[in-house]
Amino acid sequence: MKKDSLKTWFKSGSPWVWLNGGAVSIAIIMTLGLLALIAVRGLGHFWPANIIEGTYQIPGEPAKTLAGEVVQAEEVPRARLAATGLPVNVEGGEFMTRELLKVGNREIFGADFSWVIGEWLSDVRRPAELMAIERREWGNFYGYLVNVKESGQVVAEGEGAWDEFQKRIERVDLLHTQIERLEKKDIGRINAGLERLRLKTRKLELQGRLDAVAQAELDAERAELDAEYKVLESQLSDLHQQFQRDSVTVKVSDGREIELNMGKVVRAFRPNAMSMLQKFGFYFGKLWEFVSDDPREANTEGGIFPAIFGTVMMVLLMAVLVTPFGVIAAVYLREYARQGPLTRVIRIAVNNLAGVPSIVYGVFGLGFFVYVLGGSLDRLFFPEAAPAPTFGTPGLMWASLTLAILTLPVVIVATEEGLARIPRAVREGSLALGATKIETLWNVVIPMASPAMMTGLILAVARAAGEVAPLMLVGVVKLAPSLPLDGNYPYLHLDQKIMHLGFHIYDVGFQSPNVEAARPLVYATALLLVVVIALLNFSAVYMRNHLREKYKALDH
Amino acid sequence: MQHETHSHGIDIAALGRDKQNLRLAEETVAIEVPGLNLFYGDKQALHGVSMNIPKQRVTAFIGPSGCGKSTLLRCFNRMNDLVDGCRVDGEINLDGRNIYRKGEDVAELRRRVGMVFQKPNPFPKSIYENVVYGLRIQGINKKRVLDEAVEWALKGAALWDEVKDRLHESALGLSGGQQQRLVIARTIAVEPEVLLLDEPCSALDPISTLKVEELIYELKSKYTIVIVTHNMQQAARVSDYTAFMYMGKLIEFGDTDTLFTNPAKKQTEDYITGRYG
Repeated sequence: MKKDSLKTWFKSGSPWVWLNGGAVSIAIIMTLGLLALIAVRGLGHFWPANIIEGTYQIPGEPAKTLAGEVVQAEEVPRARLAATGLPVNVEGGEFMTRELLKVGNREIFGADFSWVIGEWLSDVRRPAELMAIERREWGNFYGYLVNVKESGQVVAEGEGAWDEFQKRIERVDLLHTQIERLEKKDIGRINAGLERLRLKTRKLELQGRLDAVAQAELDAERAELDAEYKVLESQLSDLHQQFQRDSVTVKVSDGREIELNMGKVVRAFRPNAMSMLQKFGFYFGKLWEFVSDDPREANTEGGIFPAIFGTVMMVLLMAVLVTPFGVIAAVYLREYARQGPLTRVIRIAVNNLAGVPSIVYGVFGLGFFVYVLGGSLDRLFFPEAAPAPTFGTPGLMWASLTLAILTLPVVIVATEEGLARIPRAVREGSLALGATKIETLWNVVIPMASPAMMTGLILAVARAAGEVAPLMLVGVVKLAPSLPLDGNYPYLHLDQKIMHLGFHIYDVGFQSPNVEAARPLVYATALLLVVVIALLNFSAVYMRNHLREKYKALDH
Repeated sequence: MQHETHSHGIDIAALGRDKQNLRLAEETVAIEVPGLNLFYGDKQALHGVSMNIPKQRVTAFIGPSGCGKSTLLRCFNRMNDLVDGCRVDGEINLDGRNIYRKGEDVAELRRRVGMVFQKPNPFPKSIYENVVYGLRIQGINKKRVLDEAVEWALKGAALWDEVKDRLHESALGLSGGQQQRLVIARTIAVEPEVLLLDEPCSALDPISTLKVEELIYELKSKYTIVIVTHNMQQAARVSDYTAFMYMGKLIEFGDTDTLFTNPAKKQTEDYITGRYG
């Protein structure tokens, strides 16, 4: 009887429904869990955590005052702590709390982080005046503000100093933007101009056409740029002087007083005194800085805008390169090639290309694109720049081209499937009206297959945007001095190296001098990479749906 | 319309046709087929078909499924070229010129010999673009010319009044019958000499069928029309001449009235009285 009902239950198919439902749920939970983990770990980093101050007394040593953010706390077996040589009292509970404090002040303490034993930290308090200063170098500073100075003269002290400090930070910020603009835009333009002149001179020299007239002309141009530069340089040094004018005296938690130049200060805040609303404002400000600013301090501070830009730029360029290649190959294979053993072999080969490890493509890109193709391009078109390579070195173009090769199979397969799905009747309709095969392809078949091509492109973008390994060989670097797209001719610099979110994660997480400080950034960057890929995909999906609607297949 | 097709054949008079005095031998020849063999791989699909399609008349091909009537039709605009392993032995003369000779411009041939298929196959474009498709292929892009052609062709296909206010909407929004008439409009827009209709009503409802049949009747004054149909009543209604095919052979070809009322061959009689097929 029981056996029977079990049998019916199996026959009814519900176990399979449960099995499938369970598998889907697990997949969804895993995905959401992954996103939640990187979101929580990454986004928490920008929150202005409270700063604690306390007296730290290691038994047998003089007590000292510590201030910092609690980053992490863990329970550690007493015996293990004792084994490391700490003067731990053997009596007591089995576990001890150990806290990781971000104490900042790297130039004073030598390290940003410090492990403290919870038992030995007493008199913990959160003074409202305790402030954190983000600096352009040396990481965060934690301490108290003593006074604000202008050219060495104290202008504010005590209670009023904080407001004065904030006002002057704003001024410094403004000056910093001005300096940056001057350096990057104006002086960058002059540098680009001078470089162009140098190359032109060299080119004329190589061609043996550098006569007195040409030389004079070039010299005149150079003199003009030099004169412009002189003006800008004096402006710049003026700005720098202004920038360095103010300073603050700050007191470290252990009582030492030091002087900080305000040019080094990015922002100062007192998290303990902030209301919830202020904290939220601060949080979103930091978040915006993260996605819109340049990195500082070996990528461990500031933003990652160049990496976002580089990733998107490279993926778009890859899409532009891979689509024509893939579509033409697929059209030939499906429409023109005689279907037989040879085309079957080609198809299998194309499918297998998708399975080749991506680093192999990187090696190919470096060996063929960079050295062979790039080297030839340099010899043919840029002899004046030699021995410095122009295209014979990893760069944006080769990175995109390598990824285009990498994603080519996906586009070919998807396009072929799309072409195969176009109803025969529609092709015949076009041919019967006197259109040739190529006209039929252009006017009817390819537009109708375009949603399938978009599907291929979506898959290609998803794969390419997440790829890191080959890029390390063909054009991605940890810090690119400028964006590949700017106001200097030829505007899009295909030969330039770029930053990439994927590589940035690796670099920040594992190559940075301050791993502990950078860890949250790994998560934040990972989250951003996911968001960028999702956005690229969504826009492609939107375009595909639009095309689908337009060219929806005959449904009868 | 209850006709006892299966016991007594088609009652031509009841279909409301005027008796015509047509003589095949006296008609001008549009397409001459002097003995055509066609093979799909090793299988022979047409066996020595010889016939003369009369100009500006409606000729119907009837016969059971697989008898080769569609295959023969698709020879007239060389649509069979698209089928792998299809080989034609013999010639077909259109206005005295062999369309299977070497160097024939197939695209030009297909412009002169238009074709409408079983299922309506409009392109996923607007109604307007569907009609002007063939003209654009020929490189005609003047808006005035195209506008005129659209109106003329849609009127010719009795579709103008139904779609004139939505010419720039997708053709896929039309009903099946409208789509088929759009396909006819698209075909006549390039002004072909011959119109091949391959079971044009098999996917349509009775009312749409009637409209298309009326259209065929209208069009025959301008075009030579060849229609393949399964429906013997339809053949009887619309055609002037009818050819009966069986197993890849042309069994009988003559004026429709005679073929249906007084067939010369036993096989034809068996078929139209419903003994097989």
